[in-house]
Parts: sequence; C-alpha cells; structure tokens
Amino acid sequence: MPDRRAGSLPDASPRTLQYAAMAIYLVQRLWQSVLVLLAVSVLSFVLIFLSGDPVAALIPLNARQEDVDNIRRAYNLDQPVAVQYLLFLQKAATGDMGESFRFKSDALSIVLGRLPNTVLLACTSMLLSMLVSLPLGVLAATYKGRFPDVLASSVALFGISMPSFWLGVILILIFAGGMRVLPASGSGTWQHLVLPTITVSAFATGLLIRLVRRSVADTLGQMFVTTARGKGLSERAIAWGHVLRNSAIPVVTVMGLQFGALLGGSVVVETVFAWPGVGWLMIQSIEARDLPVIRAAVLILALFIVLINLVVDLLYTLLDPRIKLGARAQ
Amino acid sequence: MSNAAVAESAAGATAESAAGAVVSAARTRRRRRKVGRQLLIGGALVLLTVLIAAVSLVWTPRPPGEQDLARSLLPPFWMPGAQAGFPLGTDLNGRDLLSRIMAGAQASLFVGIASVVVGGLVGLTLGLLAGYFGGWVESLVMRLVDVQLSLPGVLLAIAILAATGKGLVNVVLVLGFVSWVQYARIVRGSTLGVRAQEYVLGARALGATHGRIIRRHILPNILPPILVVSTINVSSNILAEAALSYLGVGVPLSTVTWGGMLNEGKTVFELAWWNAIWPGLAILLVVFGINLLGDGLSER
Repeated sequence: MPDRRAGSLPDASPRTLQYAAMAIYLVQRLWQSVLVLLAVSVLSFVLIFLSGDPVAALIPLNARQEDVDNIRRAYNLDQPVAVQYLLFLQKAATGDMGESFRFKSDALSIVLGRLPNTVLLACTSMLLSMLVSLPLGVLAATYKGRFPDVLASSVALFGISMPSFWLGVILILIFAGGMRVLPASGSGTWQHLVLPTITVSAFATGLLIRLVRRSVADTLGQMFVTTARGKGLSERAIAWGHVLRNSAIPVVTVMGLQFGALLGGSVVVETVFAWPGVGWLMIQSIEARDLPVIRAAVLILALFIVLINLVVDLLYTLLDPRIKLGARAQ
Repeated sequence: MSNAAVAESAAGATAESAAGAVVSAARTRRRRRKVGRQLLIGGALVLLTVLIAAVSLVWTPRPPGEQDLARSLLPPFWMPGAQAGFPLGTDLNGRDLLSRIMAGAQASLFVGIASVVVGGLVGLTLGLLAGYFGGWVESLVMRLVDVQLSLPGVLLAIAILAATGKGLVNVVLVLGFVSWVQYARIVRGSTLGVRAQEYVLGARALGATHGRIIRRHILPNILPPILVVSTINVSSNILAEAALSYLGVGVPLSTVTWGGMLNEGKTVFELAWWNAIWPGLAILLVVFGINLLGDGLSER
C-alpha cells in the first residue's frame, strides 16, 4: 500500500495531520476489509459448491425428475458456478443470503438470531481469560524462574495442551453428572454459561499467561525500568504502573486474534454443550447440507474477525503513540 | 501492515530477546537447568508415544478391532468387575481400550507430523518468495494471509472435509492448508531481515543467482525459528485432528484415532466414564510433551 500520510499538506497543524492520516488509514483498511470479505465469500462458495449436490439431501428418494428440476431452478442450482456466485453476491449485497433449506426462512436472520449466544460465550470466555491470565502472567514474570513462575507456567502449559472438548466432557462428568450442580447442555440461565465458558477459555488463558509473562519480562529488562528502580519505586508499582502498559501491545494483538478464534473456534465446545450459537448451527447445517445457512454463518463470522482485527490495530495507537498508522512493517 | 508485524513478534515463538538485560550467572544457571528439564520431560513423553506407536504396528495386547459383546464396557483393572487382560477396560463393542489407545498413537503422530510438513513447505515457499522478491508477489501473498486469517480455521477445515470426505490424508492436507499462514508470516519476516545483510548483498554483487542465494544464504539462517514453530504446530494439529474426529468429520471410525474414541466414548460416559477419559488423557500427555519440547527448544 502506498505511503500516503498527509505529510505533504501545507499549513496544517500536527493534530490535523494526525487526524487526516487516521482517516486515510481507516478508509484504506475498510476497503481492504471489503476485499477480504469478497475473497472469503468466493472461497466459501466454491468450497460448498465442491461439497456435492445439495438437492440430493433436500428431496425424498422417490421424487419425480420434474420436481428435482424445479427445485434446481428455484435455487439457481442449474446455472454454472460463476453465475450462481454472482447471483448470490447480487442478493447478498441487499442483505439477502437466501432461504434456509431446513427452516424455510431467511438464512441471515437465522444466523443473526444465533449470533448473540456465540458472542456472549466469546465475551465471558475472554473476560475469564483476562481475569486469570493478567495477574498470573505478571506474577510469573516478576518471580521469573521461582515458584510462582513455575506454577503459572505449568497452568499455562496445561491450558494449551488440553483438548477443549475433553475438558468439556470431564466438566460435565463432574459438575453435571456427579455433583448435579450445573446443567450439562442448553442455554437460558447463567448456570448454563459456566461450564462452556471455562471450557472455551482454557486455551486462551494458557496462551495469554505465556504471552503476558514473556512481554512483561522483556519490558522489565529495559532501561526505563532500571530508572524507575533507581527512583526507589516498589516492584509492584513498577510492574503495574510502568510495565503493563508497555507490555500491552503484543498482548492486545493476540487477545484480538484470540477473540476472533473464540468466535469461530467455539464450534467444538458449542457442540459439546449443545449451546445454540453460530458454531453449533453451522455443524448442524453442514450435516443437513443447508447451504444458505452455512454461507451466511461463514460470512458473518469472517466479518466479525475482520472488524476485530481493525479495532485491534486502532487500539495500538491509543496504547503506544509511537506507532504510526499505515506505516509499513519493518 | 502493523498488525501482522506486531503479531509476528508476539506470537512467533522465537528466542526470547533478552535485550539490554544483564543476566546474572546464577540466573543463567537456573534457566539452563529449567530448559534442560523441559527438554528431558518433553522428549521422554514424545519418545514414549513414538515407541508405543511403533510397537502397536507389530503388537498390541489384543487386535484393536476385535469385538466381543460379551465383554462390553468392562471397567479398568482396579474397579470391581474388571477382567484380566483388559487393564484399561473395554468399550461398548467390547474392544480392548489399551490396545486401541496404543493403535491410536499412530494416527495422531502421522497427522501431526505430515500436516506440519505440508503446511511448512507451502508456507516456507510462499513466505520466501514474498520476503525475497517483494513487490506484487509480496502483496499477493500477504493478502492471501489476510484472507486466511479472517477465516475461522476449524470452520474452514470442517467445510473442506465436508467437501472432500473423511480420511487421514484429507485431514493432513486440510490442516496443512489451514496452518501454512503462520510459517509464511514468520518466514517472510525473517527473510526480510536476512535479505538486507551484507553477505547477501555481497553474494549478489558477485553474481550469484536468486536460487543460490536463497539456498545457501537465506534458508540456513531462517530455519531455527521455523523449527520451533513446527514443533508446537505438531501439537496443535494433533489437537485439531482429535477435534475434527470428535465432531465426526475427520478420520473415519474404521481407523483408530483418539478423537474418534472420544466421540464414541462420550455417548456412554454416564455408564462407563473411562471410555472418554483414556483417549483424552493420551492426547493431553502427547501434546503436553511436544509443547514442553517446543518451549525448551525456543529458550535454548
């Protein structure tokens, strides 16, 4: 991308320049996001097209050829794939992703109806991850190589090594089966949220503990920390006041990426707990070959992930004014 | 893009930069000891799994597929009702769980290693081209990376597998396809760094061809971080295979896999919890071992 920072504008105050640069950057990024979404739509369309004839799953075995042809025509399945895609795109631009084969209603509305559940689960998991990983990560870094570090690092290693669905099964076994204190599946109350949240957050927590630990340890080795020590500040004040903010950038990046992964990757956990989110919907739709719903779900999730990445990039500038938006890496 | 660059330095499991830090001798010793311990435990766990997989190729206590409904859902050896010869108990079809756990190691290791080779080769090639030649090649590759990153990996894998059908080879290809991005990003980043070094400029001035420069000067210098990432990627792909088989879209049930065993085990776990516990424990131990090994390698 060409470097078009507003440096060449005459007679502009630095503040104005900064805003202009930000605006240009935003437009560029939004434009790129549209391209990415288009590519995602092509990819998902082709993949789903390759996955075989959906009509076969729609009709009874003894259907007349005439009816089969009618269905084919009704869903444009008799056209070449490129034409199908363009027809799909034309409609999708107006918010119409077709009608679900299974529910006989608007695919996009079905996905959007499930979205709050997935977002809710991703948010509670992210929150739990942060609550656990930030203190543990800082603790591990300040006591590097000693007992708190060994403990936190082991917890982290278990978190990233545990198959999430297995953890889910064990939690169900203990809390829903053995102790009967929490429901094993479904949604509606906060109790339903507890086990899926723990299950989803285990991996992200492990990852974040390691990341916070490494990032904080790196920062602790820098000159301004030595200066702060020289001024006689307590280690705790240094850790929370100086170090955390300066360690935040890689942490925020991975948290953003991780949040995206949580949105998309909770498929497995949603299936374990029969949590009515987009992921579970997608697994069911794949089994039922409900193409419009699969497409709508993939696109909505991709849109979310693209937006989250954008927000993460904007957050950088708030955390570290030295980072210039739009400047090329390296 | 700043995003990609920062994520590289953050997520990339490259050697810890102890920039400016004065590390005392005692601390260095402590760290060496810790790294040694990690390599030892991790290596032992991995070696054990490889050994079990190798042994299971020629011998298991029972044939892993041998069914006998008369001994359905036998408990493990310490519980009442256990039968000699089935120390970990049996599944619904009366198959010996110990034998199946042993045989399952084959599929897990194969998928883990083969998918990393596939993804690594694709990512290495594209990342090298992008970093070395720059220009439109780089733009193209990096946009592909963006697209791939905005696709949820598990969903992509499920969609492709729904299209191509279940199978060990398909799972390998899909996981390779999903994970090439991380290699491409790291390789591009380190290639950019190496490309600007004096010895590369010197080689070019002497008239070396692009192919020779890449082979002789760039590849050897970017390999160490890739090896660390590959190690950890083996474990994440083992986890992914298990998840896919658990969902019923990965490897067909005719091949013994830990994920598939879990898939079958979850339906009976109220009656016979051990069916769901053993395969998960096996996955946990292997993945834990590989991650320890990767950690040790990256801090060495």
